Formats: sequence, C-alpha cells, structure tokens
Amino acid sequence: MSDVMLDLNSVDKFYGSKGQGVHAVCNISMKVMRGEIIALLGSSGCGKTSMLRMVAGFEAVSRGKISIGDREIHALRPVERNVAMAFEGYSLYPTVTVRDNIAFALKSSKFSATDVAVKVDEIAAMLEISTILDKYPSSISGGQQQRASLARALIRDADLYLLDEPMGQLEPQLRTLLRGRIKAYIKERGLTAILVTHDQTEANALADRIAVMEDGELQQFASPEDIKKSPANIFTGTFVGEPPMNVFPARASISEETVCLRLNENIDLSYPADAFSAELRASLAEMGDIVLGVRPYAVQRRDTGSLATVVVNQWLGDQSHIATNFAGGSLVLVEHDRTQLSEDEQIAIYLEPSDIHIFNSKTGMAISHGARLIG
Amino acid sequence: MQKNSNLENVLRGVAITAIILFFMFPILWIFLMSFQTNETILRVPPSPFFEPTLTNYRSLISGKLEGSTATLEIAFMSNLYNSLFLSVTSVTVGLILGVPAAYAFARLKFRGSEDIAFTLLSFRFAPPLLVLLPLTIYFQQIGLADTYGGLIWVYQLIVLPLILWIVRGYFEDIPADIEYAYRIAGHSFWATFRKIALPLAGPGIAAAGLLAFIFAWNNFIFALVLASADKQPVTVGALAFITASGINYGQIAAGIMLSIAPTFALALYAQRYLVEGLSLGAVKG
Ligand SMILES: Nc1ncnc2c1ncn2[C@@H]1O[C@H](COP(=O)(O)OP(=O)(O)OP(=O)(O)O)[C@@H](O)[C@H]1O
Ligand SMILES: [Mg+2]
Repeated sequence: MSDVMLDLNSVDKFYGSKGQGVHAVCNISMKVMRGEIIALLGSSGCGKTSMLRMVAGFEAVSRGKISIGDREIHALRPVERNVAMAFEGYSLYPTVTVRDNIAFALKSSKFSATDVAVKVDEIAAMLEISTILDKYPSSISGGQQQRASLARALIRDADLYLLDEPMGQLEPQLRTLLRGRIKAYIKERGLTAILVTHDQTEANALADRIAVMEDGELQQFASPEDIKKSPANIFTGTFVGEPPMNVFPARASISEETVCLRLNENIDLSYPADAFSAELRASLAEMGDIVLGVRPYAVQRRDTGSLATVVVNQWLGDQSHIATNFAGGSLVLVEHDRTQLSEDEQIAIYLEPSDIHIFNSKTGMAISHGARLIG
Repeated sequence: MQKNSNLENVLRGVAITAIILFFMFPILWIFLMSFQTNETILRVPPSPFFEPTLTNYRSLISGKLEGSTATLEIAFMSNLYNSLFLSVTSVTVGLILGVPAAYAFARLKFRGSEDIAFTLLSFRFAPPLLVLLPLTIYFQQIGLADTYGGLIWVYQLIVLPLILWIVRGYFEDIPADIEYAYRIAGHSFWATFRKIALPLAGPGIAAAGLLAFIFAWNNFIFALVLASADKQPVTVGALAFITASGINYGQIAAGIMLSIAPTFALALYAQRYLVEGLSLGAVKG
C-alpha cells in the first residue's frame, strides 16, 4: 500500500453547464498522506464543501481523478468509497434519537449490539454529548446537533474522514477542549482527516498541513509554519494570520550600496545592499514594481524611521493592536505590552529585511521571504 | 390590552362557530333526515323534532326500496362494497406505483424527467369524457370492459398524478444530505429509501393517499361508462334512488350517511396521524 491516502489529480467542478455555470473547483491537485490531518482554509464560497462532496461522492467530478489508497474512486458510488463525513448542515435523521443517529453509522452486520453501544457511549463522552443521547435531533441545540453529527462521522471505521466545519457552533472553551480530544482520537488510530474550518487557531492546532483555497483554486498546501513563514502569494499571506499581513505597493531601486523600496507618498525604506541576497537584488532591479508585505507582529517602532500616524490603539487584554496610516495605506502593528499611544500620534516605523515578504505586483506570487529569493 | 384580546377571542369564537355551522349544518340535517319518513321530512314548517325510525337504513341494507306504490330492488350495499373495494385497491396500487416514482422524480434528475412528470400531471387536465369513449372501445377489445381490473387501471388516471405530485414535493423537502449521510455509512439506495425517505415523507404520503381515496370514492363518470350494475360504486348506484314513482328523501339521506361514513372515518383517523407526523418530523437546521 502506498502512503498516499487521498490523491486529487486535476479535479474540476462545474455546477450547471460548463460554459456559463459556476466553476466551483478549478484544477486542484493535492496528495494527502496516510495519518495526516489536513485543514482546508478559505473564504466562504471558495469551493471547500464542493471538494469534500466530490471526494465523498455526492457530486460528480466534472474533470480529473480522485484516488483513495490504491483505488480510483471518482466513479464509484458513495457506499463503495469508505469515506466518513460530518456535514456542514449536520443532516441528522430527525426520526430517530441521537444515539441511533450515531449507531446507524455502524452497519449492524459488523458489530454486535453491545459493541455498538460501547462505542457510541465512548464517542459521546469524548464529545460531551452523553446526556442527550436519548433525545431527538429537533429537541437539542445547534451545537449539540453539530457534535452528534461529528460523532456519527468519527465512530465509523473509514479510510478518510471529511469534517465540514465540525465545531463552528461551539464556544471557544469547548472548542479548545474538543480540539485536543479529537486530535488525540485521530492520531492514536492513525486516521486520515480533512477538516474544513474558518478558525485559523483550529487549523494551526489540529492540522499537519493546511490547504488554502480561493475562488476554487488551491493557493498553497503546506505546514502551518511554512504558510506563516513563506506564503506562496499575496492571498495566502493576507488570508492566513491574524491580524492579516500588511501589504503596500512599492518600487524597488537598487544601487551598489543600497536597496531602496519606495512606497506611496514617497516613503523610502533604505537598506544596505548586503541585507538582501544578490539574486533577490538582481530580480528586484529587473522588476521594479513589487508588493511588499510585513506581518503585524514584525513591525517595529524605533526612535527614528518612516513616520506613521496612529488611528486606533486597541488593547485586547493580552496584546495591543495599533492601526496606523502609513504610506497612503493602513499598517497594523501588534505589541505584547499595553502601549500608551493616542490618536494622531506619530510613530517611527522600522521593518527588518528578514521580516519582509516581496510579491510580484502582477501575478501576486511570492518572490522573496526574509530577503532571500524563494525556490 | 387584556380587554382587546378578550374581544378578539370572542370574535374568533363567533367566526369559527359560523363556519362550522355553515359547513356542518347540511350534514347534520341529512343525518336527521336519514331517521325520518318522507312525511316528517316534507312537513311545513320543518322541525328538528320527530320520532326516529330505522326503516331507511333497514331497507338500504336489505336492498328493498319501498316506494309509495311498489317495492324496488336496489344493490346499495354491493355498490358501497364496490366503492370501498375500488377506492382501496386503486389507492393501494397508486401508492405502490406512485411513491417510488415520486422519489425518483425528486432525487434522480434525469433527462426528460420534468417532461414525464408533467405529462403524468396533464392527465388531470384532460376532460374525462374525451378519454372515455376511445377507452371504452379499447377496453372492449382487450376484454377489460366491466372488470374491476379495468376500473382500477382507469382510476389510476385520477389517483396516480395526485399521489405523484404531492409526494414528490414532500421528498424534495427532505434535505438530500440526510440521505447521503445514511448512504455514506454503507447503506444501499433501497435501504435509504425505506429507512430515511419513507418515514420522513410519511405524513405527505398519508395526506396524498387520503386525498386520492376521496377523489377515487367520489368518482362518477368512469364507473358510469365503464362498469355494469354489479361493479358500480355508490356514486353511480345512487341514481337508482330517483325513480318514476317518486323520490324517497329519507332513504337518500340514509344512503348519503352510509356512503360518506368511510371517508369521514378515514379523515378523522388520518388527521390525528397527520398532526402527529408533522410535529414529530421537524427537520431542523
Ligand atoms: N449545488 C450547487 N449548484 C450550483 N452552485 C453551487 C452548488 N453548490 C455550491 N455552489 C457554488 O459553488 C461555489 C462553492 O460552494 P461551496 O459550498 O463549495 O463553498 P464553501 O467553500 O464550502 O463555502 P462555505 O465556507 O460558505 O461553506 C459557490 O459559489 C456556490 O455558490
Ligand atoms: Mg462549505
């Protein structure tokens, strides 16, 4: 058996006719390894659910191939794919109790009634829904329905677990608690899971790798650290990370001694040439127009530097978010102590070359991270 | 505020009473008539007070109509039995054929499915008389004229479109993901239909069946043309009450009471079931 559990090969999804319908998933290729947890991150409507539904077999694949293990499955019926799914809309069976909803997922032929009962109790305890097992779905809360639906998926013995926003309805404390338990459950058993989430903390905490999607296209598929450190393009850079990365259009001019990045309003960021690698300087000289990105926590305040005007200063209890006007745009910085800055105050900004991300202004693709050319 | 809502309650009560009176009075009056003789029925002014008699029912059940001059043999009880048999079997056949078809139309969007579904519905638009003449000829040729089988077949024209379209709507209201969730857990299409779709559409199927039963029961024209006396339902058989020697209102009233009894009982029974099913079913989320 290969170590690739799920292999998506140039998968497309069109709703409606090919010419004028919605192109919900565009040419996505990715491989998920056995035992991996993948978080699928992306804005609403970007095609996450469509992708899961194609893997599960509820939507036909318009183009491309999907394999699970060694089997090509995109033409098989849902029953034959051996995939478990927790639905975005829960989709519990309204006519039976929560217990039966979960138990129905275990095809009665394989387990004895007592085994099923033990398993249901176990998973219900893990997800904190033991007390509602004998209620009907219509008489429990949204968050309880969500956990019942998650239990119904996790109790299965499947090759692949597709969890579509499994914890969106829960309060942060419970989410954090369950996150740990679910991760342990999946890892102990060596299961493979794809989890759709809008919660980046959840993605970072649970996932081995994160797949970032936008407009039906896969933007980046890498570990949480890599996505933070080396976003593949402007979208990933600004989408992943809280608060989002600051971006400014800039023009690079390179001389023997200095690298100068000129932002709007004639703000110049000048650095000694050797702060940037030679290859990067060469491509900057060639390109001229670029987009510069810097994460909020990497923006430094110094005694001297380019001036920014404070717009708001918010203390969030453990960090300050300071929004400023800078170079004709907005620049946010994060500091970990309670900063005493008032509105309209001027501060001097310094950006370390190793914190600077540079993107191609036309394609949006990353050129360099930390003053080193990528690739 | 309190006063206002009191007034509202009173007004609502009055309105409901008026509506009930309006709809129920004829039935009540017929009920009373069915225990009277022609003399007490026709007296002027009419009065709700009389000495009740069971002769009307007795003569219906024994099949002998006693007119003012002669005794007429009628087959009322066998008409009633025919009605019951035809309606029950037609609705049963209609449900057996219609419910899976409705499911297919709701779930499997195949080429031309809309057209087929609409064609089936269009059977309801055609004036029955237009269809009946050619049908009679065909039925005589293939030996279906004047058989229960032939009648039940023709009754499908009434029953099937009704069941198909009502039940289809109920199936479409079930979120497909509920069924997917069941199927992905290793259950077959057929099992999903039986265990998930059918119970969820239960109230709708019951409503459609009830409505189809009432339509079948009330049908007149098909049976009038296609069936001879011994296969006719009450709707047609009731014609026999109008005789040359006069009209016996008491017997007609008793006939009406007997012939609405099954639909009435069914409606009462199904109503309880419908309310229960609908309040249980609530598909939330
Ligand atoms: N059955 C459908 N028919 C037509 N278009 C659809 C259908 N399902 C989804 N779409 C469209 O496909 C695109 C992707 O939808 P999808 O449900 O996959 O988004 P998503 O990433 O899951 O969003 P969310 O985070 O809001 O759940 C959207 O533009 C949506 O309008
Ligand atoms: Mg979705």
